Amino acid sequence: MTTASESESRRIVENAGIPVSRWKVASNPDEALNAAREIGFPSALKLNGPSIAHKTEHGFVKLNLKTEPDLLNAAKELLENEVNDSNLIVTEMLSGSREVIAGVVRDPQFGPCVMFGFGGILAEAIADVEFRLAPITSYDARDLISSLKTNGLLEEFRGEEALDIDATIDLLIKLGELAEDEQILSIDLNPLIIVDGLPIAADALVELKGETT
Amino acid sequence: MTVDLKYLFEPKGVIVTGVSSHPGKFGSVALHNILSCGYEGKVFAFGREEATVLEQKVITSFDSIPSNEVDLMILCTPVGVNEELVRRASEKGIKAIFCAAGGYSETGEEGLKAEKRLVALAAELDLVLAGPNGQGIVSPPASLCAQIVAPYAPKGRIAVVSQSGNFVSSFLNYANQTGIGISRSVSAGNAAAIEIVDFLEWFAIDPATDVALCYLEGLEKGRDFFERVKEITKKMPVVLVKGGTTTGGQRAAASHTGSLASDSKIFEGMARQAGITRAPNIESAFEIAATFATQPLPDGPRVLVLTTAGGWGVVTADAISQSSDLVLTPLPRDLEETINELLPPRWSKNNPIDLAGGETRDTIPELLSTASKHPEIDSIIQLGLGIQGNTANLVKNGKFYPEHGLERIVNFHEHQEKRYAEASVEASLASGKPILVASELATTQPNNPMVRNIRDLNRLCYASADRAVSALNHLVRYSSWRNQSN
Repeated sequence: MTTASESESRRIVENAGIPVSRWKVASNPDEALNAAREIGFPSALKLNGPSIAHKTEHGFVKLNLKTEPDLLNAAKELLENEVNDSNLIVTEMLSGSREVIAGVVRDPQFGPCVMFGFGGILAEAIADVEFRLAPITSYDARDLISSLKTNGLLEEFRGEEALDIDATIDLLIKLGELAEDEQILSIDLNPLIIVDGLPIAADALVELKGETT
Repeated sequence: MTVDLKYLFEPKGVIVTGVSSHPGKFGSVALHNILSCGYEGKVFAFGREEATVLEQKVITSFDSIPSNEVDLMILCTPVGVNEELVRRASEKGIKAIFCAAGGYSETGEEGLKAEKRLVALAAELDLVLAGPNGQGIVSPPASLCAQIVAPYAPKGRIAVVSQSGNFVSSFLNYANQTGIGISRSVSAGNAAAIEIVDFLEWFAIDPATDVALCYLEGLEKGRDFFERVKEITKKMPVVLVKGGTTTGGQRAAASHTGSLASDSKIFEGMARQAGITRAPNIESAFEIAATFATQPLPDGPRVLVLTTAGGWGVVTADAISQSSDLVLTPLPRDLEETINELLPPRWSKNNPIDLAGGETRDTIPELLSTASKHPEIDSIIQLGLGIQGNTANLVKNGKFYPEHGLERIVNFHEHQEKRYAEASVEASLASGKPILVASELATTQPNNPMVRNIRDLNRLCYASADRAVSALNHLVRYSSWRNQSN
């Protein structure tokens, strides 16, 4: 098994038609600055490379960089980690107070499965997620969403729009199609931030079959 | 491809092996059950020693068995002799074997080898093999009770398959208690050749069966099970109780998705996706299956509650609003106007329809008939029946009965209960909509005339509104699933 870099992971899910936050790869602080100017501030900066999972735990993520000096400093700091075969990825900071999680996993009994549920830092503690076997129909996806215990949290909330159910169904169907690719062992879209009702992946992690290339 | 199991459940003759003069031996018990539950086909009892058991001659070889007059053999003999018996029986034209005998894969390495040999032999001889290590088969449409345990069950529309033989007995006990009967039941035992899903597939094409009831512990081929069951549930509801956990194995661990995945979560998702009706326990599994077997499928989620008095309706409305799939529908205006003509003004004028004691002798039947036909109502839960029957029972046992005109009033109460029960079933059949009657009298006073009448009409009286709501919720969910899948 090999963990694809964030940029490769994003490319895989984006090619499948799943919305992700805007992003650009940079190999040095100056390129990162140009990328951030293009994407807009505040932005996020992360170390990008294969086999970098759990970026937050390793301190490989700098969020909410508001100014150009902040961004340049963060870029230099990240590159000091000297992780082999890595560069930087600049991403848009999405604004939305609610997060969901979606993904793909291969079950030894049932094969590829699509997951969706309540996300954010409490995701694993709350563990309000549901699975369906890939591929999934729109009925399956709708039933999955409505069977979440906390689905009330996805309705209109403090001036924010309710989760767009049709867009979410579309996303889950596309994840299900990706899950049928046997090269893909797992996908994490964690978190997806709800922006104007639409779930957009702020991070993507894909695990692929075979050795690191 | 569906394995043809008709020779297991509708055999034209049966051989039982392992019969002896000891009435407690499995072979003797199976023989007793077959002979005493009314099976009309030919029965041959095979044993080691010639004897007469239960007025039946025990044979020690198959020579005297005519060819092609026996379809099924119930094996209750030790592992060592079974392969030979299968060969000899095959020469006589049998088509199916139920191996009740134990000593196979459940005992270890040697038993596993014997089981594999038995499976290979059955395949070679083109025989259906159920078991080994199972309790047997019950098939009331064929008056067949070919099992080494009790009970037999009344004939009905529910087909049972279980990985635990004891739960077959539990389901059959409930069938006896409620009168909602069984079409087929089988204890799958080690399921060495015929698996749970093979039984389910055959039940789906069995004209005697309307609903399957299944207890499942482990699965070997999860994906295959899923792909096949979701085709089965397009034809017939499958009510399933899952015990234990399936073998997990390793999932990609670095991912959050992998760490959030558990066997039970994935099984639950699979079950919903396959249109399986998942029951939390044995008792409710039977009740849900019995509901499928006796009520029409609702077209939608809109429930009307009809009660003779307040409290019942309130708690039922609460249960409906907490359910996942049911809607307590607003009372349609035209229905309200119709009811205004039937009742004095103190009735509730909303859903639940609370008659507030304003009904006369014909109100309930009329109301049921009208409400059930209304296009904005998909199902009805009916409460507060049995009050008159309760009164009748008390009066009947009192010291003044039958004098003082009491016999007449008791007869009236009992007659009314009968009318209510009949009206409920008639309205349901005429409208094609479920009408569920709930009352604690179902268990507290099974001889209440209302409860007896519902039972005689081959329906369930639910012991609480919660249980009726829960069963109805499963019907609505299944109906919705089936509409999208077909």
